[in-house]
Amino acid sequence: MTTLAPAEVEVEQPRGSDEPEYDRPWVVIVWNDPINLMSYVTLVFQKLFGYSKAKATQLMLQVHNEGKAVVSSGTREKAEHDVARLHGHGLWATMQRD
Amino acid sequence: MWNQPRIERTGDGDYAVRLPEGERELLRRLPEELRAVLELAPEDPALRRLFPRTYEDDQDEAAYRELMGDELVNGRRHALQVLAETADAERLTAEQAQAWLTALNDLRLVLGTRLDVSEESLLGDLPDDDPRAPDLALYAYLSWLQEQVIEAMSGELA
Repeated sequence: MTTLAPAEVEVEQPRGSDEPEYDRPWVVIVWNDPINLMSYVTLVFQKLFGYSKAKATQLMLQVHNEGKAVVSSGTREKAEHDVARLHGHGLWATMQRD
Repeated sequence: MWNQPRIERTGDGDYAVRLPEGERELLRRLPEELRAVLELAPEDPALRRLFPRTYEDDQDEAAYRELMGDELVNGRRHALQVLAETADAERLTAEQAQAWLTALNDLRLVLGTRLDVSEESLLGDLPDDDPRAPDLALYAYLSWLQEQVIEAMSGELA
């Protein structure tokens, strides 16, 4: 991802209760890419998944710093729906069995 | 005049747009160019970031394309059309502003793919004779304008 902002603010979030659920069969993964703006990715996570700004920013930074992040999980149908919406917004998303 | 943001959310949920004519001309023209590519050259490699794979498995992927392909293309075509048709507008509905956001992003995805930009792509680092300079400047402008739309929208989601 790229940013127009002069400096990047790292948001440290404790891991735990706010994490996506991993005990479901399909996970949706968003991958880092050099074009989507960091602010845009955060906004898309907020809009599509109803995540708070803090949670959306944390996931965006995970994508940016680690190359990918699990952003949602659930049934195959739900995962396909989420991937399609992410693709509709231009994000690089895939899904796989957890 | 330009100490005000280019795009600003108004009290009634619309968006006020303040753009000079030269920028509006771009916003009329670029979406039509991309719509033409989508229609006439759907296999153009520059479009690959618009339609990434969903599944590793080829059969699953083919089934997904069969199911979702048209909807994804039509959504993109619609957003680009809204941008072109409202390029002269001084006010946008929330729905039109959302179309601007996704259409601007799609324009950047295609242009950025063509230019093979990296996260560090900066105009200042270009050699004097780099032929990509005009398009990189256009890419930078679109990035900046998209950021204005994002800032205008972020207020309601803070």
